[in-house]
Amino acid sequence: MATDYVIAKQVRKHFGHQQVLNQIDLTLPAGMIYGLIGPSGAGKTTLIKSILGMEAVDSGTVKVMDTVMPNRAVMAQVGYMAQSDALYETLTARENLTLFGQLMSVPKIKLAQMIDYAAGLVDLTSQLDKRVSGYSGGMKRRLSLAIALIQDPQLLILDEPTVGIDPELRQQIWTELNKLKDTGKSMLVTTHVMDEAERCDYLMLIRHGIALAEGTPAALKQQYAVDTIEQVFLKAGRMQDANDGNR
Amino acid sequence: MRTMAIVRRVFKQMLRDKRTLALMFLAPLLIMTLMYFLFQNNTTQVASLGVHHVDQSVVNVIDTKNVTIHHYDSSQARKMIKQHDLDGYLTQKNGQLTITYSNSNPTNTFLIKASLQSGLVKLKMKTLVTVTKKQRAALESQQAALKKLTAAQTQATVTKLKTAIAQAQARGDQATAEKLQKQLKQATATTSSSTQSAKATSYTTKSHYIYGSSDSTFFENFLPAFLGFFVFFFVFLISGVSLLNERTTGTLSRLLATPIRRSEIIMGYLIGYGGFAIIQTVLTVVFTITVFKIHLVGSIWLVFLTNLLLALVALTLGIFISTFANSEFQMIQFIPLIVVPQIFFAGLVPVDGMASWLQAIAHIMPLYYGANALTAVVTKGAGLGDIGVNLLILVGFMVVLTMLNIVGMKRYRKV
Repeated sequence: MATDYVIAKQVRKHFGHQQVLNQIDLTLPAGMIYGLIGPSGAGKTTLIKSILGMEAVDSGTVKVMDTVMPNRAVMAQVGYMAQSDALYETLTARENLTLFGQLMSVPKIKLAQMIDYAAGLVDLTSQLDKRVSGYSGGMKRRLSLAIALIQDPQLLILDEPTVGIDPELRQQIWTELNKLKDTGKSMLVTTHVMDEAERCDYLMLIRHGIALAEGTPAALKQQYAVDTIEQVFLKAGRMQDANDGNR
Repeated sequence: MRTMAIVRRVFKQMLRDKRTLALMFLAPLLIMTLMYFLFQNNTTQVASLGVHHVDQSVVNVIDTKNVTIHHYDSSQARKMIKQHDLDGYLTQKNGQLTITYSNSNPTNTFLIKASLQSGLVKLKMKTLVTVTKKQRAALESQQAALKKLTAAQTQATVTKLKTAIAQAQARGDQATAEKLQKQLKQATATTSSSTQSAKATSYTTKSHYIYGSSDSTFFENFLPAFLGFFVFFFVFLISGVSLLNERTTGTLSRLLATPIRRSEIIMGYLIGYGGFAIIQTVLTVVFTITVFKIHLVGSIWLVFLTNLLLALVALTLGIFISTFANSEFQMIQFIPLIVVPQIFFAGLVPVDGMASWLQAIAHIMPLYYGANALTAVVTKGAGLGDIGVNLLILVGFMVVLTMLNIVGMKRYRKV
């Protein structure tokens, strides 16, 4: 596909006196897994919410599917998995999926099929009719991912998707994400886990609202002359602190 | 479509929360039943009154079914009240009665006051009656003497006339005899009149009630206001807490990450919880009418309509207020601030008699309009035309609050 799914330019956002995002540029083409890494409070979630159109940016522009955000209609084309599991606990997993499917305008005849597909992807098929209140943390996380997939979106925005999921399943999910990528879908993933960062096609390091570094994992390691993304992360952070000290 | 998805979700969640359902549907019935028995005309309340050196005639008239009399040998009212747990103490010095009230229970103070007052009035009447009787006896004896005197006089006149007639007839003077005969007739006629005495009219009262009957109790008068209050209270609480839950668990934010309109979410809530409010209203109204045999003068449909509007106002208000709460506990804190004051302006205290600034407050309370309309329909049989203004104001509240809620959700999503 020729178009880029997400184009963010010179995005600035502040809450009170705190500058949360400072001139961030981000371009997410079709068929790519884009990783956002950075410490807590770095501005990752704010960036994601700006892309979704839930936050208005102070300056700069965000375009999703060639539409300037915020735009309500475009949200149907974006699968979103929030950082915290926002699920209706008194409902069953199937009812949660049905609700969000309806909200995402999934046609009635396709809905049952989509529920089976999404549940199968995260290995919840056998637990679909159980109430969410009886789910473990990992199961809730997987259900959240299934909900993000319910309308078969071209763009997935996943905020820390694999927190609380055991390594086996994490492996499976990444395999699935790669399969989805091969069908031309794109994913914007935030993560703390450095070995996950290695699996991304492209990475952006955010710290204190500033994009410290970006590039493919290999290019980043080369640029900072280190062996792992973790070291890239640490080194870039120290350099930023040193610069701040000089200022 | 999306609205209906929200409605279905609200219904499913409510139906699974058995405790909340029970609270919404059974709690009003329970409280109504309690109130029904509490506010029945209560005639068994008895106040205890201590008396010391009071004339027996006075004691006799005070001794009613609401006051029991205890005789004591001390004139120290304060001490005796405390010692014997009395509601009042009555002492007498010559003609002066002195009453001391404990006043720990105003109802009992009132009972003693009332029976003392009515007793004293009775006593006064009695003395008045004896005085009148004596006067009447005197009057009657005077009258008798007078009668005797007139009788004697008439007798004298009659005999005089009779002799005169006889003399005239003997003389053969026919004209004079006839004239005298006439005078005689007149003299005898006067004796038979003026013996009737006036009889006092005794009044009896016959009562008619325009609304209700002689059985009307406190409960019946305030029932309409309470019907409105229950719906208002429970819907406010349940909608406020459930939307707060959506905020705190992040599901609201998650909902807004879908293409749903903010207004669709609010409408879904209005329809979903409004449905339960309707069931609650129907249940409560039908229960009070059938079980307590409450006389409903107006249309039951107007009662339902008014209650539904009140519920919708409570719903939008609950959602609005939940914006300012960060936890369920903080939501509960709004009840004494927002909900409880409304009951004071629902007709328990007549608003017309309030200070003007209080009246102003009454007019910003949704329950004031709701309870006004309900009372008018239930007790006076008011029609839609009579309560239309009240209903329109409720609709106004609802519309304004709905707008505020829709705008307020911009906090979570900018479009």
